Amino acid sequence: MPLSKVVRIHTTSGTTGKPTVVAYTRGDLNNWSDLIARNLTMVGLTEGDVFQNMVNYGMFTGGLGFHYGAEKVGMTVIPSATGNTKRQIEMIQDFGVTAIHCTPSYALHLAEAAEEMNAHFDTLKTGMFGAEPWSDAMRKELENKLGVTAYDSYGLSELYGPGVAFECKERNGLHIWHDCYLVEIIDPVTGETLEEGERGELVVTPIVKEAMPMVRYRTGDITMMMEDGCLCGRGNRIGRITGRSDDMLVIRGINVFPSQIEHVLLQLPEVGNQFMVYVDRIGHLDEMTIEVEMTREHFSGELHDLAQVQKRVAKALRDALELRTSVRLVEPGSLPRFEGKAKRVIDRRGGI
Amino acid sequence: MDMKPFIIKQISVFSENRPGRLAAIARALEEDGINILAFSIAEADGFGVVRALVDNPDKAYRKLTGGGFSVNFTDVIAAKMRDQPGGLYEIARILGDGGVNIEYAYAYSGKEGAVLILRVDRVDSAIELLLKHGGELLKTSIFH
Ligand SMILES: [Zn+2]
Repeated sequence: MPLSKVVRIHTTSGTTGKPTVVAYTRGDLNNWSDLIARNLTMVGLTEGDVFQNMVNYGMFTGGLGFHYGAEKVGMTVIPSATGNTKRQIEMIQDFGVTAIHCTPSYALHLAEAAEEMNAHFDTLKTGMFGAEPWSDAMRKELENKLGVTAYDSYGLSELYGPGVAFECKERNGLHIWHDCYLVEIIDPVTGETLEEGERGELVVTPIVKEAMPMVRYRTGDITMMMEDGCLCGRGNRIGRITGRSDDMLVIRGINVFPSQIEHVLLQLPEVGNQFMVYVDRIGHLDEMTIEVEMTREHFSGELHDLAQVQKRVAKALRDALELRTSVRLVEPGSLPRFEGKAKRVIDRRGGI
Repeated sequence: MDMKPFIIKQISVFSENRPGRLAAIARALEEDGINILAFSIAEADGFGVVRALVDNPDKAYRKLTGGGFSVNFTDVIAAKMRDQPGGLYEIARILGDGGVNIEYAYAYSGKEGAVLILRVDRVDSAIELLLKHGGELLKTSIFH
């Protein structure tokens, strides 16, 4: 494809080193905005909606990608981009915004700022969040605080950007469009293809891309294929992203993702959500130790209650990971907090 | 009988089993002029509870909580012990005969003489039994 046929360039927000450049022909941009328009229509948005797009409009694909898709639906688009949260809140109120798109962490920030200003979002009904993984607990929190129904949006720049997969109104998995993407799930270590319901790395072959065609692109994202039969009647579904394949640990032959641990801890009020994982090889066996903070409110003052909490956490982890772990209770606030990419795993096994 | 004057508030502090944690607790209390009358450390797998009897439990609670520690109060009783052979046996026997279980105990020797601090499963029964058998209990009023 000659550069003269390329009508736009974006770059990835890649976590390592220099960003990757992605290119689009006119046909690509048309396909991409079609995809976004489909997703927006799928969650019930129409030309009657007012849409505030609170993501970066520069090289990041989320800004222009959603923008043109929403225009295609005929929505009234407010390209508010990022920054100045107070102004964002005022715009939602002044323009009677019904739908927003942003990262889940910014949505939480927005909700907290609105709370502080005692501002209410009476018109808001739909929130679309993506570009970073987020939990179901966060979904509840966002829905409560913003008064929206929250939808998960998945995409990556190499596959156009956002719009690759999206939750329908059932919000039980993300539909991935079979006329644009062929999907496989593989074991990230062996490369073998996994069955429906087995968690592994998402591999995508886009079938409509022009400027940058690719075959079996390894996304690095961990998910699974879900069985057909979504109540909405649409086909292909993947589960919500639960981690990155480069974060995956193999402990005694079992694949473990830090996100699974996080998920377990979120269900246990006795401990906080921060954690650290240490992996050692003792003899010939891998041993995983998880440090987790005791929550202040759940400290009774009795040693045997602490031991009970420790047991309960170990059991919940064992049930979820199918793996025995050692759990260490540490003082609240003592574990490292991370901004941006968390480094929660310390693998001390040395050369494997 | 009113048992309340004899129920003493011990502060229990969650602590990881690593160097410097006890010192951090002691320093925090010292900063606010809180006197530690007695303390003991109970530890399990990598963590423990520092138990302390202080002259001002409420102030200690506020100070430690403010410093980020996890703190809770635990009801204990403090029995004066004869500072001679058999002193501990006497108290343990009275409680044992009365069917009261001692969960843990630690002792100190101060201006009140030798004192045994007891965490029991039934506080009211323990107080009643000890007083009935001529035991002497410290009153909560000696603390602030
Ligand atoms: Zn569906």
